[in-house]
Amino acid sequence: MEEEIESKLEVKEEVKERSEKKLFIPGEAIASGPTYLPGDNTMRDGKDIIALKFGFSQIEDRLVKIIPLSGPYIPRRGNIIIGKIIDMYSNGWILDINSPYDAFLSVVECKGFIPKKDIETHYNLGDFLICQIFSVKSTSADLTMKDRGLHRVEEGIILEINSNKVPRVIGKQGSMIQLIKDSTGCDIAVGQNGIIWIKGGSIEKELIAKEAILKITEKSIKEGLTEEIEKFLKSTQK
Amino acid sequence: MVYKKRFDGRKPEETREIKCAVGVIPNADGSAMFSFGNTKAIAAVYGPKKMHPRHKLNPEKAVLRCTYDMISFSVDERKRPGTNRRSSEISMVVQKALEPVIFLESFPNTVIDVEISIIEADASTRCAAINAASMALAHAGIPMRDMVASISTGCIGGTVVADLTKEEEDYEEDGKKLATDIPIAYLLRSGKVSLLQADGRVGIEDLKKAIALGYDVCLKVGEEQKKALKIQK
Repeated sequence: MEEEIESKLEVKEEVKERSEKKLFIPGEAIASGPTYLPGDNTMRDGKDIIALKFGFSQIEDRLVKIIPLSGPYIPRRGNIIIGKIIDMYSNGWILDINSPYDAFLSVVECKGFIPKKDIETHYNLGDFLICQIFSVKSTSADLTMKDRGLHRVEEGIILEINSNKVPRVIGKQGSMIQLIKDSTGCDIAVGQNGIIWIKGGSIEKELIAKEAILKITEKSIKEGLTEEIEKFLKSTQK
Repeated sequence: MVYKKRFDGRKPEETREIKCAVGVIPNADGSAMFSFGNTKAIAAVYGPKKMHPRHKLNPEKAVLRCTYDMISFSVDERKRPGTNRRSSEISMVVQKALEPVIFLESFPNTVIDVEISIIEADASTRCAAINAASMALAHAGIPMRDMVASISTGCIGGTVVADLTKEEEDYEEDGKKLATDIPIAYLLRSGKVSLLQADGRVGIEDLKKAIALGYDVCLKVGEEQKKALKIQK
């Protein structure tokens, strides 16, 4: 029995060792042999699994992945994003979502009933909306406003960051963003597409939150980031 | 007389000092600088983004649009700014050299803009341009199956050399031009050639030697590119 537990522990350590993060450039071999499987942003080329994007490797069991450091936002179904209205039609709005393609929000996907003549008064050009992606096609995405917490952005400031840094800004189970929210008292919405909305009691507090977020994106690769941000937020409170 | 000792005292297969860096243009999605001695190129990548003019877009894949430009102060005598016949040709050549590595089919109906500026020119500018553009594309997070490295090899009076300078390109004896300039670009992993040009006369044996030398030197250039990309601030 004891032996079994020991061997399991060993396996765990081995996996940990293998999943050590390393930087790879496109075309570089990450792993070789048939034991590994190519995952996101990787491809099998002969025996080797090669990286297709510039980023950190991640090996989970047999699956080899690359987590890119940069690149365009690719819409995924279910993502909560923030978009800007750039065009209007009789049946909906076109939104710029910080991705190579625009997204479409239909009147049908809005809360309540909107008569056709009210389309301009409901949402107008230049408005920012917190919305959800409900279907993705190869060159466009459809949005919905029907879920809870989806609304038009009023007041506050809008911030644009690299969409690949969004997981770092949010942190594990939202720990990082909660830290900033608690210490500045601001209301923050982070869109998966890298557009962030901050609204607080005063402009000073909003700017502190903005600075903290920009700090995270600058130092996203470093260890002990949470402590550093904690320190920074404490120093601003005095 | 045969050209044996090089003007700057390098060995035949030795390149000038290579310097490269990424992230030199903060406004771009990806950027890089690459230099061979006095030749210096900077590249900026924007996109994939919406295509303008719209009639040029391709519903099957993204369009790669390279713009090569020599800045007016890059050469000894002031160059008239703007595109000319030479720069539009090199833009096309650079685009053709980079196209095979990029997954253009992932982003239909869009354009990827690559802007290359030569800020200092001392021969083999198209090679520096390709190297910088390849690094900038990787830095911009564009999916690529390989990296491209490029070097100019050449044959000067029967000697095969790598990385020619302007002085060597214009080498002549008794008023006869003896230098041949052979720019060459390789896909590093697959070892395929994506650019091969020749300017001058060269024998078959010398050409074969130059191409083989080009591959060895490109691997070294690739190492430098890799090193520069992996330096994290």
